[in-house]
Amino acid sequence: MSTAVLSRQPVVDEEGRSLEELVVNVGPSHPSTHGVCRVIVHLDGEVVTKAEPVIGYLHRGIEKMAENRTYLQVVPLTDRLDYVGSMYSNWAYCRAVERLAGIRLPERAEYLRVIVCELQRIASHMMALGSAAADTGAVSMFIYTFDQRERVIELFEELCGARLTYNFVRPGGVSFDLPERWEETCREFCSALPKAVSDMDKLYFGNTIARARMKSVGVLSLDDAVAWGASGPVARGSGANWDLRKNDPYSVYPRFDFEVPVGCNGDVYDRARVRLYECYESCRIITQALDQMEPGPVKAEGLPRLLRPNPGDAYDHIESARGSLGVYLVSDGSPRPYRMKVRSPAFCNLALLPLLAVGHTMSDLVVVLGSLDPVFGEVDR
Amino acid sequence: MSENARMTFDELREHLCSTYPDLCPLFSVEFGDGVLHIDCGKLHDAARDLKSLGFDRLGMVLAVDRGDTFEIIYRLTSRSMRVGMFLKCNVSREKPAVRSVCDIWPAANWHEREAYDLFGIEFEGHPDLRRILLPPEWEGHPLRKDYVDDRMIRRPDYI
Amino acid sequence: MAIVDRLGESLDKAPGGGIILTALDALIDWSRGHSLWAMPMGTACCAMELIAASFNKFDFDRHGTFPRPDPRHTDVMVVAGTISRKMAPAVKRLYEQMPDPKWVIAMGNCAVSGGIFYYDSYSALRGVDEFLPVDVYITGCPPRPESLQDAVFQLREKIKTESIAPGRARSRKLLLPQPGEMRKAATPSEEGGDS
Repeated sequence: MSTAVLSRQPVVDEEGRSLEELVVNVGPSHPSTHGVCRVIVHLDGEVVTKAEPVIGYLHRGIEKMAENRTYLQVVPLTDRLDYVGSMYSNWAYCRAVERLAGIRLPERAEYLRVIVCELQRIASHMMALGSAAADTGAVSMFIYTFDQRERVIELFEELCGARLTYNFVRPGGVSFDLPERWEETCREFCSALPKAVSDMDKLYFGNTIARARMKSVGVLSLDDAVAWGASGPVARGSGANWDLRKNDPYSVYPRFDFEVPVGCNGDVYDRARVRLYECYESCRIITQALDQMEPGPVKAEGLPRLLRPNPGDAYDHIESARGSLGVYLVSDGSPRPYRMKVRSPAFCNLALLPLLAVGHTMSDLVVVLGSLDPVFGEVDR
Repeated sequence: MSENARMTFDELREHLCSTYPDLCPLFSVEFGDGVLHIDCGKLHDAARDLKSLGFDRLGMVLAVDRGDTFEIIYRLTSRSMRVGMFLKCNVSREKPAVRSVCDIWPAANWHEREAYDLFGIEFEGHPDLRRILLPPEWEGHPLRKDYVDDRMIRRPDYI
Repeated sequence: MAIVDRLGESLDKAPGGGIILTALDALIDWSRGHSLWAMPMGTACCAMELIAASFNKFDFDRHGTFPRPDPRHTDVMVVAGTISRKMAPAVKRLYEQMPDPKWVIAMGNCAVSGGIFYYDSYSALRGVDEFLPVDVYITGCPPRPESLQDAVFQLREKIKTESIAPGRARSRKLLLPQPGEMRKAATPSEEGGDS
């Protein structure tokens, strides 16, 4: 089932040469599809002529489930959306609820959210870089990136007791304040990370084979990136200077000094490079946030146990590791959301695969797919 | 970052009114977001106008079951103006159909397929309108409020 | 416990070397149990822990458990994550492609019972044992890699009770519940089993 030839069809091209078109099924359980993606690939020899992603293998109906849960009970569901970066889905959902219910947050909660989300960005990019590197055959890079990812996970575990599904950001604040000595551990991690990341840079991006596998593969033009609604590192790799932390500043992001790395060629290499540089910038943000943060409450005062926002619609979005992650909430005045819709960046980015894979070989298809960094919990919801 | 300052909704309203006066009275600001309510028959033309106004990105398309109608909501963002807004229209429940905006924003392709899959809204002129998340043989459109499925167990009300 | 686990004690001195007398069943079960190659059927969040299990910190290779994405090379399928109605036929087909003897570990609440997706989900299956014979269940959402490690050890114990002769499974109390027998096995039996 991993890979199987579905059909062979004789095709005659315009010049009268007879070709044989192979239709090959990849997935839904394939180690290089980063989850449960299925791609139906049409091949001419080894060159992809058409690639059609089939998604929905992890569709669990989270949006429908949210309609029968109270606003607070939806938070654990959002953890399971983007399971490589649960904090983002938590935060995007909580921002939508807070906008709907008009909740104002204590400042420390905003800082804590920024810190955990930037840590999450590092963890998520490490996973993306590592698995994308493994697709090009560089498994050693995966081991290096996973090492750093485990460190972030350990920090999260100390903070909220879970390794993946944190349930940390909640409407009206965060669940806990920092435990003892967490800040020092976090600072140590942030001071050690740039060295580790630059080692990875040398190890992998300096490697001739890796460069040959990534350069000029899966080129996405800026126009296509905008027209297809790409966001995050995929859009920024193509030169779109679009980062919600700068373009539509939310939370306390305007107070930090950081850069948004932007690529220029739009190939797999640039997208991976953007992810790598974002790790440095996330480190800078975390350090600044730890410096600026002052003691105080981490939850909004006087919130009712059961939120009943006024009827209306609210949308809010944040910049997740994969792009602009938005949550649209409709309230009818009852304690449960009437409708929740998640604008998932991975869904929009994955729609680019048919565009990017054509003209490359089958072995490059997985590299292109890896560079889009889909997380299927979020794609399929 | 972009040199352009972030546009406020008042500026957006002025910009919209000066360029497309017929769209002007339909614009409002709800929960801190600009919203343009439009008749579904005129949706495609309005979308084309908004694209030429500078809304070059389509963020998402979603549908909401509002009882007797389905509301279709388009999230639009503009890179040049650094502002986002919503385009909303209502279609009848009996025959939910609207013209596809795939020719304006290719990004609408998968989003419209999703709305078709989960709500059963027909997008006329869509290049490839099939189910996307659920298997092709699935019956019904699960995000409709009146969807019934024997395999679904309703969660008891604890609160 | 199989004799092979206590090699030193059961080694009989003989001129020019040593002899170990053991049952063929014990030897084969021992070798099967100690090189369980896993088919990582990771679909959702648990797949991240499954990956973590085979990397630096937890390093499952040392138990002889090695992820092989090809079902034809594997002994145990680790179902990690929610199985949707669309995905279930593919999982079943992959299971059928695995050579006998084969075992299944249901990792995480979703694979055990549907977990958080038990109620209100029109698309998620309530547990992978709706269509696969599960040997070991691990709870957790997601379970830690250590839990998976424990599951591998439990499975090893279970394998020790099996026989290669068809229909002649050794009469030994199973340590783990069989699919559909969860309630029966949960109550302590009067036989007073050893483990």
